[in-house]
Amino acid sequence: MRDDVREGVARIIAEQAMIDPSEIKPETTPDELGLDSLALVEVVFGIEETFDVSVPYNANDPSESEFDLSNFDAIVKAVEGLIAQKGDA
Amino acid sequence: MSTKRRVVVTGIGVVSALGTGFATHAEGLQEGRVGIAPITRFDPERLMVKIGAEAKQFEGADHFTKSELSLLDRISQMALIAAREAIEQSGITFDEALGLRTATILGSAMGGLHTQDENYFAVYHEMKNRVHPFIVPRLMGNAPVSQISMAHGLMGPAYVVSTACSSSNHAIGQAFHLVRSGAMDAAVTGGTESVLCFGGMKAWEGLRVMSKEACRPFSKSRNGMVLGEGSAILVLEELEHAKLRGADILGEISGFGMTADAGDIVQPSLEGASRAIEIALVDGGIDPSEIGYINAHGTATAMNDRVEAAAIRKVLGDHANAIMVSSTKSMHGHAIGAAGSLEASATLMALREGVVPPTMGFEEEDPDIGLDVVPNAARDVQIDTALSNSFAFGGLNAVLAMRRWNGR
Repeated sequence: MRDDVREGVARIIAEQAMIDPSEIKPETTPDELGLDSLALVEVVFGIEETFDVSVPYNANDPSESEFDLSNFDAIVKAVEGLIAQKGDA
Repeated sequence: MSTKRRVVVTGIGVVSALGTGFATHAEGLQEGRVGIAPITRFDPERLMVKIGAEAKQFEGADHFTKSELSLLDRISQMALIAAREAIEQSGITFDEALGLRTATILGSAMGGLHTQDENYFAVYHEMKNRVHPFIVPRLMGNAPVSQISMAHGLMGPAYVVSTACSSSNHAIGQAFHLVRSGAMDAAVTGGTESVLCFGGMKAWEGLRVMSKEACRPFSKSRNGMVLGEGSAILVLEELEHAKLRGADILGEISGFGMTADAGDIVQPSLEGASRAIEIALVDGGIDPSEIGYINAHGTATAMNDRVEAAAIRKVLGDHANAIMVSSTKSMHGHAIGAAGSLEASATLMALREGVVPPTMGFEEEDPDIGLDVVPNAARDVQIDTALSNSFAFGGLNAVLAMRRWNGR
């Protein structure tokens, strides 16, 4: 399960960044991949569709969003958190 | 000595979240009444954002018969009622000769979205195999303009301008050009829009730029736009034409500037916005120091408000510190293609009545803005010259310059 999430998120980000998923490291940031705000909105959408979760993200102020998009590892953890929450509900 | 024809406004009609009728809209703006509330005109349960500035007072059935309604999307209904009010207030009579010399130009970004939404639902979800025979003449983007031209016998140029959030300003600007150039003697112009239906809201939600709580333009705590709906219609006339018939002149449209950023599809540009402001001033023969008030685009997104403030400062320099800048979207919401028309009405109200409408929902100064945004209460100040900004997705900017009518 854990690896599925990691792979899934990597695939979604890689598609937006137009790179191979293997190039994404745990500490890779969206900035380093050249993902602008539109691309980030698409990443969020991809995550929601793939994992059937609702991501709390406001493009107005990504840093204030409850969803941590600071680097790849953080994103994976945040998605895992959302999936776990869904299981609890 | 200028030989340029001058263009004045002699009638205004409005449907907005603040109410139906220009007087109600103006009163709401002066009282700082916020028309943003939980959505009630349809079930918002599956929406993430459940607030909007609905024109809750406005029900088509109060104004039209059932057979009339079969041809009228909500945007046509609102535009027809606003146009009737504007024309009545103006006291203008469109006989055949004047009808031939009157343009009808409206802004609308999305067309008859309610009709599309309801009928896609019928065929895709309810699996119906046929829809009402008049769906096409109801949903087509030009329907409101055609309905107004038919209702009042307006036979000059008639079309809808679709430039997202700038649609109305582009429409009013085009009408202004036609009257100023002498091509037309009068114009019925403005905008109409309603994206407040389930599908419309879902589309906007996708962009992640909407607030779930409130519209707080220029406030440090702002967290996005709030959608609205409505229509405002203006009657424009050549000055001598208006004077000759003894019309009550409500204000003057004196300049218009439009530019394209040629940059990003959603991100605004300082360069494009400031050029549009500058061109409006030059076109109107207005010195930056004459400006007293700017009705801002002020969507309450992080990006728009910051870039808009910088654009104002770039063109006006130090004079930016001496003027008032407010966003009335904080009250009537962001009516997209109708936004510019609701805001032109607000600006004309400010010029005529000497009351500058506030930016409501303001909580906290943002050092990136640093303008007098008339926070939370209208202000009694006589202003003589004002601008109304619209900056659209797609990088299309349109700025109107208006002057108080002082009898000459």
